[in-house]
Amino acid sequence: MPTTHASTLDALTDAAAGHCDEATEADSVAGVAARWVASPGTTQEAAALIGVAADQGLHVVVRGRGTALHWAPPPREVDLVVSTHRLDTVVEHVAGDLVAVVGAGTTIDALNARVGEHGQQLALDQPIAGSSVAGAMSTTRSGPRRLLYGTPRDLVLGTTMVRSDGVVARTGGKVVKNVAGYDLAKLLGGAYGTLGLITELVVRLHPVPPVARWLRRTMPAAPAAAMALELAGSQLAPTAVEVRRDAGTGDATVLVLLEGTERGVGERASDAARLLGLDSANGADVATADLARLDAAEDDVVVKVAVPLTGVAGVLATTGEAEQRHGVACRVQGSAGAGVLYAVLTGDAEPVAASIEALRGVAVGGSAVVLQAPASVRALVDSWGPVAALDLMRRVKAEFDPSNRFAPGRFVGGI
Amino acid sequence: MTTHPTSVDTRAEAQPTEAVDALVRRLVATYGAQAVITDEARRRTYECDGLAAYAVVPAVVVLTTSAEQVRQVVSACDELRVPFVARGSGTGLSGGALPVADGALIVLSQMRDIVHVDPAAQRAFVQPGVINLDVSTAVKSLGYYYAPDPSSQQVCSIGGNVAENSGGAHCLKYGFTTNHVLAVDFVGPDGHATTLGTTAPDAPGYDLLGTVVGSEGTLGIVTAVTLKLTRLPQSVRTLLVGFRSTDDAGAATSAIIGAGVVPAAIEMMDALAIEAAEAAVGCGYPDQAGAVLVIELDGPTAEVDAQLDDVVRHCEESGAFEVRQAADDAERALIWRGRKSAFAAVGRISPDYIVQDGVIPRTALPQVLHRIRELADEAGIRVANVFHAGDGNLHPLVLFDAEADGETERAEKVSAQILKLCLEHGGSITGEHGVGTDKAPYMADMFNEGDLDTMQLVRCAFDPQHLSNPGKVFPTPRLCGERPGRRSGAHPLQEAGLAEVF
Repeated sequence: MPTTHASTLDALTDAAAGHCDEATEADSVAGVAARWVASPGTTQEAAALIGVAADQGLHVVVRGRGTALHWAPPPREVDLVVSTHRLDTVVEHVAGDLVAVVGAGTTIDALNARVGEHGQQLALDQPIAGSSVAGAMSTTRSGPRRLLYGTPRDLVLGTTMVRSDGVVARTGGKVVKNVAGYDLAKLLGGAYGTLGLITELVVRLHPVPPVARWLRRTMPAAPAAAMALELAGSQLAPTAVEVRRDAGTGDATVLVLLEGTERGVGERASDAARLLGLDSANGADVATADLARLDAAEDDVVVKVAVPLTGVAGVLATTGEAEQRHGVACRVQGSAGAGVLYAVLTGDAEPVAASIEALRGVAVGGSAVVLQAPASVRALVDSWGPVAALDLMRRVKAEFDPSNRFAPGRFVGGI
Repeated sequence: MTTHPTSVDTRAEAQPTEAVDALVRRLVATYGAQAVITDEARRRTYECDGLAAYAVVPAVVVLTTSAEQVRQVVSACDELRVPFVARGSGTGLSGGALPVADGALIVLSQMRDIVHVDPAAQRAFVQPGVINLDVSTAVKSLGYYYAPDPSSQQVCSIGGNVAENSGGAHCLKYGFTTNHVLAVDFVGPDGHATTLGTTAPDAPGYDLLGTVVGSEGTLGIVTAVTLKLTRLPQSVRTLLVGFRSTDDAGAATSAIIGAGVVPAAIEMMDALAIEAAEAAVGCGYPDQAGAVLVIELDGPTAEVDAQLDDVVRHCEESGAFEVRQAADDAERALIWRGRKSAFAAVGRISPDYIVQDGVIPRTALPQVLHRIRELADEAGIRVANVFHAGDGNLHPLVLFDAEADGETERAEKVSAQILKLCLEHGGSITGEHGVGTDKAPYMADMFNEGDLDTMQLVRCAFDPQHLSNPGKVFPTPRLCGERPGRRSGAHPLQEAGLAEVF
């Protein structure tokens, strides 16, 4: 159905209540230029907008706050960028139920400022500052405190989505315990916007603990990994067990976060200090938000490496060897307690690609996903690596987005 | 005995179709008569799960012993277009494992091996028929346990837990099955075997694992499960607290959670439930209590001790007249015995009852309990309340006598009204028992057409022919043959003394 550029813009603008424009270079998605950018302010507007996109066969990329739009390979095509930044309302916060309903584009910071007044939080750390709740969910972002609180997978109780055909669907609910129907929020989480547009979420909140204390100790990488494993298997109930290894060093730092009551944290910190071989249990001057940040430069390659807890030592060793063998710089940070690490690599494309393959080799029982990389590196490696059940995933995609218009080519197996 | 709405005692037996005949011939030829049950009397023992109100005799029962066998059986079903239903221990309370009359029942309860335990990696690799509690028992000496603990954990299987996304008393703090399963071996309805998830978290690709967990067997069959193990807490403190009323107990619950304490469990029972539990197990709960709370705190000793003082203070400020702390494991077990026996215990004070399972936001608790009482009074029916107060998961037990004129209908009406009440308060029609056969008609009250249609997209991706547990979860007219029937008499597991109805 041939339509003119101008009439498409008119239709999109109508649907989004005036909030649609020609795209600029700033609206490019991982280097792929878009034609229009629209910002619906309600689920109804979003549904109308996606309806127009469906009628006109437009390729759609959903953008939250744009903090991780460069994660995952570039889309094959983009006509329309749908920005959720106007869906930024905390629709409901029932403090007594520790639940909040938020627009998809609400930033985690804004939500936490609001619920923080009641001593509550969305306990989700941000590898990149300023992300939206739905963006964090769509890309499965988390940080140190995932060990205790989990990831968006555990914290999102329900979603409202717009399907590729413009139909609005709700899943889950406003209660923590609920097994009615399929849990579509799970399916949308980590789907990188390939199944539809999330417009609203129900999230589970946690009380902000009265006391939080970090302890840390630097030591050679192998004993550091063993120490992290011991802390994760201890009865100290840590909120986080992190490990960090800077580029070009054989040492690594173990960090443990204890949260709770004044008395409880005090005694647990003494036990943890003993384990770590520290003289003092007073704690280190560390901010959780800072530890969560990836701080990757634009040209850096970021690989998320998930391993069984016993595999952390292997990841540290492999990055050390990669530095020796391939001449790249590679720092590692992440949750040793959960087995989810981030490797930040700097170097030429070929040695970096070889290092990624080495990480994939050591991530037995897990995965090594290239989140961020220049085109030169993406050309040499499969960004997602091997994924089981691809056939089923393709069938799910075909049901939700039969014309393959949502973020085509960004996901596993070229989905 | 448990009985239920819309139940009809048809005990109907479908004529075996040609396809079923062909399937039976093939299965018997391959696996022998031992593993393939065709005898009607023996098939009849599988006619229902833990919700005995619905009964359908399956055309054939296959006792599977390996993942490869499950794959072959499903493959044969696919080829011959025979619907199939997977069954674990058969303890589900929503008719989720109700057989299909012209279909196969694939029984996984013989696949009971804990294949491998890796305590350092905090993982256990198990077959689907493994009993929930057996996992914790097996890893206890290593310092670990498996956190999800449905009340039926002595008899329910891990595979069934995966199908239902089972919770339990401790899921307030530790989450549900979905938070503790990392990967499964999975046989799709086309007989294709694959793995969903990885031993490590955050497996790339669509979270099909998270979609399959809780899908009640409608997407395929799980043949192996990778579980997350949780470190045993350093300290566990269990309190039994007596209150004059459910309002006071509810206020204490809100105060505790409002203060930022996340107990491992907060369970409430009202006067009628206490009366039943006393009659059944003599748990010695406080005299004259209008409600009791069972509160459990766990974690590092110093933390638990600090929280315990707070919890006791909040209870007393909310009007608690007796606070009892379990001195040892035996006393803790006695406290929990009263709570965990509550469903079955109601049988001591009423000839028949309906176990309901609904969820409300915790803050709506006082209002909803008052309204339940009004509804019960209006109908001249008694309702005992047992619930997970911490997360608003109600289990009202609607008591009646099926022999009394019109009482069944009135009880069914009250039961249905309670579910509507949960939805009016923004809750859910099921917190842990599942939709199954029983609540499929209520799905349209909770979700609109677009919501249900979108869920069915997933079904279509996995099972376009609707062979895997057809007729469950969704209020679809495709019932694949049998109308739900009703059975009378005790559940076979109960008769065998193997299970209480939790």
